[in-house]
Amino acid sequence: MKILVNSEPHDVTGPTLALALAELGYTSAALATALNGQFVARDARASQPLEAGDRIEVLAPMQGG
Amino acid sequence: MKVYGETMPSRLFLGTAQYPSPAILQAAIKASGTGLVTVSLRREAAHGSGAGFWDLLRETGVRILPNTAGCHSAREAVTTAQMAREVFGTDWIKLEVIGHADTLQPDVFGLVEAARILSAQGFKVFPYTTEDLVVGERLLDAGCEVLMPWGAPIGSGRGLVNPDGLRAMRAHFPDVPLVVDAGIGRPSDAAAAMELGMDAVLLNTAVAKAGAPVLMARAMAEAIAAGRAGYDADPMERRDMAVPSTPVLGLAEFI
Repeated sequence: MKILVNSEPHDVTGPTLALALAELGYTSAALATALNGQFVARDARASQPLEAGDRIEVLAPMQGG
Repeated sequence: MKVYGETMPSRLFLGTAQYPSPAILQAAIKASGTGLVTVSLRREAAHGSGAGFWDLLRETGVRILPNTAGCHSAREAVTTAQMAREVFGTDWIKLEVIGHADTLQPDVFGLVEAARILSAQGFKVFPYTTEDLVVGERLLDAGCEVLMPWGAPIGSGRGLVNPDGLRAMRAHFPDVPLVVDAGIGRPSDAAAAMELGMDAVLLNTAVAKAGAPVLMARAMAEAIAAGRAGYDADPMERRDMAVPSTPVLGLAEFI
């Protein structure tokens, strides 16, 4: 299915957020995710189904002021 | 000073962005003596790892204050705060809801809305706000236990644009920790903030973009300590006219 990850189009097979992240190579533990603007906790990714057109944000620690 | 029940080892809070290198950032943190550094979240590329930066910071042992920089709505800021809490393992959040892209002025309406939502979810909110007293009251009502008024626009290094406004905040909120956040450019700016009775200063660019960041980190720390000591020492009133400091009694007369 076609989804957007950090605004970039991707085609994934995984039916859940956790599987899609693994498929795309997001393996770091220091990641946080949101689906269509809503936070999805680490423990909830495996049970979070995806639909075509979903917008996923994947964020990691960065320097900040 | 104490914030949310925690005693801070220093009145200097330091940002971690824009340093010439990770090693200089680490050295600046050490030289500043800070007990609190700000961090952020940004989009991660596949196969990438933000963990390197995070590991480096954890080595310093300094407490982390994630921010919601770049958020332009309460909804964005709330989601970002929730993501930050999970990644950084802290419920402390520097809440920024930006109203203008050019001035980076806080959107105080979105700020109060987001502060209320996050406080209800157990976050300890550090709101980046203006010196407006009514907004400050609303933020406290929303659950904030600290206020962070801007000194000048973020990254401008202009110092304290409205010292009278900060003085009024101090008078109006005598028991609330006040942190000047943004706009500090020089050690004298930081000292001036502390002389007004601010409890702490949060700065980033002034150190990161100095020619010698580590030296500037130390200079800021010393200025903040001196400014606070000056406030505690209750400075004399200013006078319009000269008053001799050497006693005039017994002065010789040579006619």
